[in-house]
Amino acid sequence: MLWICLLFAILGVILGYAAFRFKVEGDPLVVDIEALLPQTQCGQCGFPGCKPYAEAIAQGKADINQCPPGGEVGVKALADLLGLDAKPLNESFGIEKEKKVAVIVEADCIGCTLCIQACPVDAILGAAKYMHTVIASECTGCDLCVEPCPVDCIVMTAIKPSVLNWQWPKPIPNRH
Amino acid sequence: MDQDGVIVFKGWNLKGGLDLEGHKDLSRQYSINNTAIPDELIYPLVDRSGNVLTALAKTGERVLKGQVIAGSKGVQGTLLHAASSGLVKENEWRMIAHPSGLKSECLIVATDGLDECCPIDEPVDYRQLSAADICEKVHQAGIVGLGGASFPTAIKITPNNVHTIDTLIINGAECEPYITCDDRLMQQYPSEILLGIQVLLRALAIKNCVIGIEEDMPEAIEAIQKAIECSGFNQIQVKVVPAVYPAGGERQLIYLLTGRETPSQGFPVDIGVVCQNVGTVMAVYQAIVKGQVLIERVVTVTGTGINKPQNMWARIGTPIKDLVSQCGGYNGPNERLIMGGLMMGFSLPDDSVGITKATNCILVATSKEVTKSSEAEIQPCIRCGECASVCPVNLLPQQIYWYSQGGAHQKCQSFGLFDCIECGCCDVVCPSHIPLVQYFRASKSKVFLKRREDEAATLAKQRFERRDTRQVQEKVAREQRIRVKKLALVKRQKESVSSSAKMQDKP
Repeated sequence: MLWICLLFAILGVILGYAAFRFKVEGDPLVVDIEALLPQTQCGQCGFPGCKPYAEAIAQGKADINQCPPGGEVGVKALADLLGLDAKPLNESFGIEKEKKVAVIVEADCIGCTLCIQACPVDAILGAAKYMHTVIASECTGCDLCVEPCPVDCIVMTAIKPSVLNWQWPKPIPNRH
Repeated sequence: MDQDGVIVFKGWNLKGGLDLEGHKDLSRQYSINNTAIPDELIYPLVDRSGNVLTALAKTGERVLKGQVIAGSKGVQGTLLHAASSGLVKENEWRMIAHPSGLKSECLIVATDGLDECCPIDEPVDYRQLSAADICEKVHQAGIVGLGGASFPTAIKITPNNVHTIDTLIINGAECEPYITCDDRLMQQYPSEILLGIQVLLRALAIKNCVIGIEEDMPEAIEAIQKAIECSGFNQIQVKVVPAVYPAGGERQLIYLLTGRETPSQGFPVDIGVVCQNVGTVMAVYQAIVKGQVLIERVVTVTGTGINKPQNMWARIGTPIKDLVSQCGGYNGPNERLIMGGLMMGFSLPDDSVGITKATNCILVATSKEVTKSSEAEIQPCIRCGECASVCPVNLLPQQIYWYSQGGAHQKCQSFGLFDCIECGCCDVVCPSHIPLVQYFRASKSKVFLKRREDEAATLAKQRFERRDTRQVQEKVAREQRIRVKKLALVKRQKESVSSSAKMQDKP
């Protein structure tokens, strides 16, 4: 009896140490959910960024169909991860659109820095009273800079097809 | 070894593959012709693997033949040289040699017909050069693999600490139908090729070299064999490989000649082999022994749609239409203009495109050549397994097709999508006319796109998080400043109160 108690006490100490030593920082589910989100940081889901939305999903405070940039594919991936049924995108949060990049009409820019403050990924370069410009490769196409511009000089433009982003087309499927 | 000293191939056998009709007699019997200087030379500022080249020559500048006009940065950076003297025009968006048929920014040299040369280095004896010197010269000469993949040669031959190389393989197995440029090179320049091989052997510090030539090129085999006898470079072996398509694929040829299999997702260096195309060896010879940079290559202009099919020394950047007109022009309406071979090449929208370092063949195809498989109705897959029996890399094309069609690109990868060399054998034998390779290419594109998007998302996340922490820090700093100022203010007020009290006390 004493031996069994002793054994359990030792195991208890080991477990206690392991819980302390190998403690998992943060919620692993949030990390998994966040990995499936497009990181546009656009806030269309109603949360200030992809991570807060992931946290809300993990806590059951938000549904999985609130991310328009992720689209139907994203909803399906989230459904697969969480063992839920896939559902159509909730259109009250916006509709799935082709990815665009912001372009500043540089001649019209007055250098107010409002767009710089709005950009969630620091993709706009400029200083007060100097012309600003968008670093196209860093722009996630979130639209957040368009609204604050006092002179409406930011346009969202479609990404031009070029040999660098061209993709082999899938053959026209069976006509049967 | 038989009487001629040629090792007749008896060992490893290629699994799968096809015995295709060669059509090589259209062009193989004529010697390589020189071409006239075209009016303009077109150089796309993007290469086939998507590296962007930066123009180094300014608009309006007069460049000389052999002068560096553009270069790409990075580990795989290469240099591009002007193929003739002339004025650099303003960059234009032109059609380029790319399967998309899209336009891209091009550097254009309007030639002046003088063909004035850059001063070239005094030719030196390659035996006095160190391996590093050779690699540097090969890089400076802008040499890339001329077999079609355009991988920078200097990187391939630079020794590294990870891999031990023991064999140099020279790819003279021109397995694609119609193409004869390597065949002609070996027939006409065997001793130059051997010297090029010596240079490469020196750079790699090895002795062992095997040249693989297809059995249907007897003249080339004989020429190389004779040159070996005359030069005494006896460590160079000639091995004859069966004329099966795609025996000239890099991995296939290495397997045929050495019995070593290149690992999936690996490279020939992983199994101690460096493989170079005959054309590349010729370019190395010209760079090291003659001091010339890579500005021209042999191009086979062939097909039943052209009047005089032949091989020609074409300057890189020459528009295809110039080459066609020097081959007697078209002989009627053509079905398709193909760059590269019939099997692995791609159609071009028109003939204004300039040739690149990767262009080995221009095929003017009539309806005789192009089986109208694209027009034949695609029937459902009947799972006959023909595609799997001809696949030279042991894949199950029907299975990959199945997943590709359903958009399960991850699943395609687990069935070896990225081991597919896109040789097109499965397309040819498919009784249901399914364009399998196109499905595989589309799937590969989708996987690459997904990778790019994931990378971009990771970057966006990092930037967002850094911005977040910065904003928190800024807020804390601001509050700190305000606190300090407030304290100072309170202190000052107290001081003024006390000093005014003192003032009141004094009188």
